[in-house]
Amino acid sequence: MLSRVAESVFWLNRYIERAENYSRFIDVNHQLSLDLNDEFPNQWMPLVHTTGDSEEFEKKYDKATPANVIKFMTFDDENPNSIYNCLARARENARTIRENISTSMWEVLNEFYLSVKEYRKSYMENPETRGEGISADLSGFLAHVRKNCQSFYGCSDATVSHDEVWSFSLLGRFLERADKTTRILDMKYFILLPSVQDVGSTLDLLQWLSLLKSASAHEMFNRKYKKVHPNDIADFLILDQTFPRSIVFCLQEIEESLEKVSGTKEGLPRNLAQDAATTYLNRLRSEDIESIFDKGLHEYLDDIQIELNRIGSKIVERFFKS
Amino acid sequence: MNWYGNCYINKQKEVCAMFIADYETKNVYDEMFSKEGKARTSYHFLKSKMESLGGLELIKRSSSAEKALISLGITFTLYGDGEEQERIMPFDVIPRIVPNEEWTKMEKGLKQRIEAMNRFLQDIYSDAKIIKDGVIPRDIIESSSGYLKPCIGLKPPKDIWIHITGTDLVRDGEGTFHVLEDNLRCPSGVSYVLENREVMKRTFPELFDKLNIRQVYDYPYHLRSMLENLSNADDPVIAVWTPGVFNSAYYEHSFLAQKMGVFLVEGSDLIVENDKVFMKTTKGLRKIDVIYRRIDDTFMDPMTFRKDSLLGVKGIFEAFKKGNVALANAPGTGVADDKVIYSFVPAMIKYYLGEEAIIPNVPTYLCSQGKDLKFVIDNIHNLVVKAANGAGGYGMIIGPKSTKQEQEDFKKLIIDDPRNYIAQPVLNLSTVPTLIEDKIESRHVDLRPFILYGKEIYVMPGGLTRVALRKGSLVVNSSQGGGSKDTWVLG
Repeated sequence: MLSRVAESVFWLNRYIERAENYSRFIDVNHQLSLDLNDEFPNQWMPLVHTTGDSEEFEKKYDKATPANVIKFMTFDDENPNSIYNCLARARENARTIRENISTSMWEVLNEFYLSVKEYRKSYMENPETRGEGISADLSGFLAHVRKNCQSFYGCSDATVSHDEVWSFSLLGRFLERADKTTRILDMKYFILLPSVQDVGSTLDLLQWLSLLKSASAHEMFNRKYKKVHPNDIADFLILDQTFPRSIVFCLQEIEESLEKVSGTKEGLPRNLAQDAATTYLNRLRSEDIESIFDKGLHEYLDDIQIELNRIGSKIVERFFKS
Repeated sequence: MNWYGNCYINKQKEVCAMFIADYETKNVYDEMFSKEGKARTSYHFLKSKMESLGGLELIKRSSSAEKALISLGITFTLYGDGEEQERIMPFDVIPRIVPNEEWTKMEKGLKQRIEAMNRFLQDIYSDAKIIKDGVIPRDIIESSSGYLKPCIGLKPPKDIWIHITGTDLVRDGEGTFHVLEDNLRCPSGVSYVLENREVMKRTFPELFDKLNIRQVYDYPYHLRSMLENLSNADDPVIAVWTPGVFNSAYYEHSFLAQKMGVFLVEGSDLIVENDKVFMKTTKGLRKIDVIYRRIDDTFMDPMTFRKDSLLGVKGIFEAFKKGNVALANAPGTGVADDKVIYSFVPAMIKYYLGEEAIIPNVPTYLCSQGKDLKFVIDNIHNLVVKAANGAGGYGMIIGPKSTKQEQEDFKKLIIDDPRNYIAQPVLNLSTVPTLIEDKIESRHVDLRPFILYGKEIYVMPGGLTRVALRKGSLVVNSSQGGGSKDTWVLG
C-alpha cells in the first residue's frame, strides 16, 4: 500500500470521527442549556476549551455566546476543525484515494458533504442564524451529521476488505476518538460550579451526566453502574475494556491495527509505533481510578493526550514518511 | 409529423405540444431524422418510446440522471476567482445511436489507422524509411513539437507505441464519417462513457431490455490485460500515473485505477533506483512493471525533458529505455497526432499497409506550403484554422463565427509561424436531438471511440459522443460548454 494512500485514509477517518464528536459535543451542551434555563447560565466557553481551539476562537469572536460557539464549531470555514471543514477535508482526502475505497463509501461521504454544504448555505443566508439566534433545526442538523458519520462507518465495515486500508482507517479513527474522549472528560474541569458546596449537587450530577451523553456513553454506563458517580464515569471512559469510546478500548484497537499493518504476526520486526502503543496500554491497564484522581484528573488527561500524540507521531514516521 | 422536436412542455397540463416543423434538419445530417423528417431505422424504437413517455417524464428522468452523476461525484473543478466550483460534465439523456453496419466499417477503419500510425512511429524513431522514400518531408517531422529526439532508437515492449487512442470522428453534411483528430498522447473521456452508460441503464431500463445495445463495461478489463501484455513478469505490478488531484481529468485517473484494481500513483510516490522504478509503500519500496501514464511526455522526466517539471520522476525515461518499466503510451507519440502530420496519415496507410484509408481525413491545407498559405489567408472567413499542437478547442478560429478583427489577428499568428497552422473547411457536424431545458432541439456532436493496442487491436463499441450545447455551436470540448451523450452501437 502506498504511504500517501495510508496517510490519506488515516486522515479521512480522523476527520469523520472529529465531525461526529463535535456534533455530539454541541448537541449535549445545547440540551444542557435547555435544562438549565436561567437558574444558572450555561457555559459555552468550556466547549471551545474542549476542542483545543480556544486561541483560534478568541481571535475571531469577542464573546462565547451560544451562537458564536455553535457557528465556530459547525459552519465557520475559517476554523480548520469546524464540522464543515472536517467534512470538506475528509472528502478531499477520499478523493485522492478514491480508487482504494468502495463506491458506496464514496457516495455516502460525497452526499454527506454536499448536504452539509447546503445546510451551511441556508444557515449563512438566514438572517436569524447569522445574528445571535440558534437555528431551530440545530438538533436536526447535528443528528444528521451523527447519522451520516455512522453510516460511513457501517458502509466501510461492510464494503471494503479488512486489509491494510482498513487497518489505517481504524488507526485514524481510534486515535482521534481516544483524544476526543479525554477532552470530553476534561470538560468538567473547565465547567465552573457556583460554589464548592455544589460539588455533588444536582447541578454537578447533571453536568457529569451530560459528559456521559457527549461520549454517547450514558446507556452503556447505566447498564454497568447503578448510580451516577464521578469516579465511575471517569473509570468507565478511561479504563473500561469493552466500551468502544473508552481510552483503553481505543488503545487496544490501535495496538491490534498496528500489529496488522506492521506484519508482526508474519514475523516482521516490531517497530517504535507498536512499542509506544503497547507500553502505554499496559501502563493504563495497571492503573485504578482512585490513583488517577489522586494525581489529579486534569493532569492525568493531559498526560494521556501527550502519549496519544507520541503514538501518532511514531505512526507518521514509520508509515507515512518512507 | 407527430414528434416533439422543439417540444414545449406545459407543466400544468402535462401536455406535450408537437412542433416537429421546428426541429431543424436542414443543411445538416441529423443522426435521428432524415432530410425528409423521417426517423432513421435504428432510432424507431427510441422514438416511439420517447413519445409514449412524454416530455414531462423525460425531464424527470433527466433530472434524476443528473442527481445520480452528482452523488457519484463525477465532477471536474473549475478554478476561477472566488470559490472553486465543482461541476458535472453536462449530460444529455437522449442517446446517440450508431447502426451496426456503419460501426463495423468504422471499427475496421480505426484498426487500420492505428496499425499504420504505430508502424510510422517505429519507423521515424529508427530507420525513418518513410522520409527516405520521400513520402513525408523530413523537416515536417523534425519541426513537430511532439517529435522527441531522445526517443530515437527506442524499442518499446512488443513494438507497441500507441496503446490507447481516442480518435475524434465527425460527419460531414452528407453523413460521411471523417477522422478529425488522432489523439495519441493521453486521450481522456472514457470514464464518462462508462459512467454515462451506468446512468442510462438506471434511467431507461426499458430501452436496454428491448434493444440489443453492445456493452462497454469490460473496457477496464481490456485495458488491464493490454497493460499486462507489456510486461514479462508473471504478475506485473501496474500503476496509473496521475499528475494529481488538481488535474481536470483526475476523476478519470482514479476511476480507471479503481476499475482495473491497480495502484494510482503521483510523481512523489515514485523513485528510480538502478534504472528501476519503485513506489513508496508502507512496507518499503516496491517495484513497478507497467505504468499507464496520464502525464505529458515532456513532464515525465526532468532529467531528459523539461527541467522545470515538478510532476516528473528523475530517471524514469532511462528506466524505460533499458526495458525495466513499460510506459503506455510510449513517449514520443505526440509527433503522430501533430495536425500537420495528420494530413499525411492516408499516405502512411498506403505506404505501410498498401491500402486505401477506410475512414477519410478532413481535407487539410498546410500553411507551411506557399499556395495553401495564400488560400488560407484569402479565405480565412470560410475556414477553420488550428494550431498544429493545440488541443481542447484552444488555439483555433472558426472563420464564419469570428469577427473581422479576430480574423486579422489570427492571420498575423499564421504568417509568423506557418508551420504551426493548418486549415480545414468548416464541417457542418451532424446533429442529435437534445433536451435543452424543457425543449428538444438539435445540437452538433462528434464521436470519440477508444482503441486499445494489446495482443490485438480492440475498439470499444461506441465511445464518447460529445455535444455542443450552445445553439449552433460546433465546439464540443467540455472546457468550452460541451456535454456528452451515451453512444449506442446496436448489435
